[in-house]
Amino acid sequence: MSNQTTNPPLLDIDDVTIEFSTRRGIVRAVEKVSFSVAKGETLALVGESGSGKSVTSYAAMRILDRAGRIAEGSIVYSGMRLAELSEAEMRDLRGREMSMIFQNPRAALNPIRPIGVQIADVLVRHARATSRDAKEKAIAALEEVRIANAAERYNAYPFELSGGMCQRVVIALALACQPQLLIADEPTTGLDVTTQKAVMDLVVELTKQRDMSTILITHDLGLAAAYCDRVAVMEKGKLVETALAADIFAHPQHPYTRRLMRATPRLDSTLRALLPESDERAEVETHLAQPASDVILSIEGLTKEYPRIDRTNPLLKLVGKAAPAPEPFKAVGGIDFRIRRGESVGLVGESGCGKSTTSMMLMRLIDPTSGRIIFAGEDISATPARDFACHPKRGKLQMVFQDPTESLNPRYTAARAIADPILRLGAPMKSAALRARCEELARLVGLPLELLDRLPHQLSGGQKARIGIARAIALDPDLVVLDEPTAALDVSVQAVVLNLLHDLKQRSGMSYLFVSHDLNVVRLLCDRVIVMRAGQIVEQGPTEQVLSAPASDYTRALLEAIPHPPAQDHAA
Amino acid sequence: MSRAAAMTAAPDTPRNATGLKALLRHGAFVISDNPVTGLSFALFVALALIAIFGPWIAPHDAFASNTAAALQKPSLHHLFGTDQLGRDIFSRVLVATRLDMTIAIASVALVFALGGVAGIAAGYFGGWTDRVVGRVSDTIMAFPLFVLAMGIVAALGNTVTNIVIATAIINFPLYARLARAEANIRREAGFVQAARLTGNSDWRILLMQILPNILPLMMVQMSLTMGYAILNAAGLSFIGLGVRPPTPEWGIMVAEGASFIASGEWWIAVFPGLSLMLAVFCFNLLGDGLRDIVDPQRRT
Repeated sequence: MSNQTTNPPLLDIDDVTIEFSTRRGIVRAVEKVSFSVAKGETLALVGESGSGKSVTSYAAMRILDRAGRIAEGSIVYSGMRLAELSEAEMRDLRGREMSMIFQNPRAALNPIRPIGVQIADVLVRHARATSRDAKEKAIAALEEVRIANAAERYNAYPFELSGGMCQRVVIALALACQPQLLIADEPTTGLDVTTQKAVMDLVVELTKQRDMSTILITHDLGLAAAYCDRVAVMEKGKLVETALAADIFAHPQHPYTRRLMRATPRLDSTLRALLPESDERAEVETHLAQPASDVILSIEGLTKEYPRIDRTNPLLKLVGKAAPAPEPFKAVGGIDFRIRRGESVGLVGESGCGKSTTSMMLMRLIDPTSGRIIFAGEDISATPARDFACHPKRGKLQMVFQDPTESLNPRYTAARAIADPILRLGAPMKSAALRARCEELARLVGLPLELLDRLPHQLSGGQKARIGIARAIALDPDLVVLDEPTAALDVSVQAVVLNLLHDLKQRSGMSYLFVSHDLNVVRLLCDRVIVMRAGQIVEQGPTEQVLSAPASDYTRALLEAIPHPPAQDHAA
Repeated sequence: MSRAAAMTAAPDTPRNATGLKALLRHGAFVISDNPVTGLSFALFVALALIAIFGPWIAPHDAFASNTAAALQKPSLHHLFGTDQLGRDIFSRVLVATRLDMTIAIASVALVFALGGVAGIAAGYFGGWTDRVVGRVSDTIMAFPLFVLAMGIVAALGNTVTNIVIATAIINFPLYARLARAEANIRREAGFVQAARLTGNSDWRILLMQILPNILPLMMVQMSLTMGYAILNAAGLSFIGLGVRPPTPEWGIMVAEGASFIASGEWWIAVFPGLSLMLAVFCFNLLGDGLRDIVDPQRRT
């Protein structure tokens, strides 16, 4: 698709600067960014959070919020200067000529309107259909994005559909009026890898079929490599590099691109290799040569059932003529596994497989329906979850949460958050000693001491993740459950956090249960892997063995769905 | 709430040395950023000063009647004029501020403690706690609220304490419902789960983790109901329940002056009415500013 010299660009962004007026004055979100998208081309806009990639695309649609404005530069869409169009003309352009897919498909759909009707609305709005044939055309649009039983699903509400299904509906909405340009803003973030593959394959197939141009905004280099013709890399509001996808992965020119490439886990990378070249930390001496043989945690026949809502008429029940109550839903159906001291075990599976339920039960936040959890020789499932806060083992069993922002109380300073477990469960301490302990923990996780008095909203994602980790290790736990601790972080931050977790484990000899959907990350950190599906363990074994020679088809499908950036040409 | 107070007082926080200073600086920013907020804060400070020092700054004795000087028009000597017994209305308006403010603040504090805690407990625990709090709220809402307040005061007796209690009861559903909704959202939040893991008991999570986070919203509610509480107390006094003459109170003064308006002595009712209006106006404007000050996310 390098025929852009002969083809006039469909969208041309020239020297655009975008400013936001905030309480602290004017902030430049995007500075002098230029790129163009040719007809039929797929361009990836890659960068970490805050790089201005979404803002740039919002400017192209002219949907910046009120505080933002295009200060300089011009955006030309097939010969039209967008700045000169009236709002009415712009409204007509959006949806008919260019349309957008958003990150959270469920939020992008109106929750109280059937999906088919929402598509019909768009068709009627842009005069693609009359009220008479709108339904028919909407069903055809649903069929096009491969929604089975489209005619029945026409009347379904968004909450009745899965995340991947919702994203298909959003795609159908975006493509309903046959636009020329599709902007996809992180369309698969939050979806499972297999769903991600299905959705991306669909987007690429449909856009190629119609000779449409696509801008794919993503933080995932693998995704960009797998689906795009050209890649534009943004950093802190500036465009640092634009090149053909094949070239950029083989010969990244800009140092930032190189750093980003390094930080993205791939099949052959090691933990240390993810860090920037300048960061040469020594391997931490471990005082446990090998994972010791004693078992720290043993799970036996763990089951969690949720009752289904009984929709039978209570009157029928009263006279004894009702059908029997529905079978309860088994979120986790009798699983067994063990974790040895000093071992890190990956728990992998797609959403809804029961991995979160399992970790919540281990953490004693919810009670299992049946089964035993034996932790350090004691059956801790005997104590109900609501009383476990006072259990002597509470401090030895800790967790790092998925969303570093949400897991910190917005009103607690970093130091207060780290001190919380010590105050509740540790030995009584003078406030000076407590402060010293907080500082020690902060040093351990690499959090600058001057940040200890800040509130969460004044910290970055990586810093918040460190606070979450410091809080979890404050009481020297024996087992830490890591619930996708890097899912909400940028790749470069993820690289640092993964290394930190590895070093901490080496130093203190605790065990990890690493819950994740990202097999690449699991491979880097874990000794053993457990693959779960629909509440059952599909496969478990040493990481190398499971990931290189999977025994089950499901594991193989998971592995194949991960997009990998091509290996870097080290000679370059 | 004593439990919560004891917990806050516990020496468990590595204190942010510049916390208070930062709060003051932020407060100054919020006030100067929005002139309306600035105005309402100025009004509030003035009201507070008058409430505290009213009896000392009043030029005349608020209780001394002087039939020779009855029903005089506003003049330099009697700024707001005099009433049918010759009492100085300006002095009475000043002295009444304390009583009206006390009723408002006490009733709002009471309903915040009762309704707020009942609401977050309902939202957090769910189940029967939720059902009981919900049904109690529904029952209170089922009555015309002013009539309910009248009934409570009439049944319990004509005292200031009972006005406070009645005002708190009729506002209970507002607080309980708001707190319930907000606590319910945060029940499964990550930081609440994390607090469970670090060994916090349910009640500690309620009071130390959830309550502070819904405080900004409660602040808006409190300042709005403060105005409403003043109106309610004045209304009760107006119809002869609650505060009794000759105690100076805005509601009674409006009631006493009402019969004189027809004969042209407007000032007896108008000036207490104006101060009532000003106080309510002030509290209604205060809410947004208070929320901005209490919410740490608005601090930078």
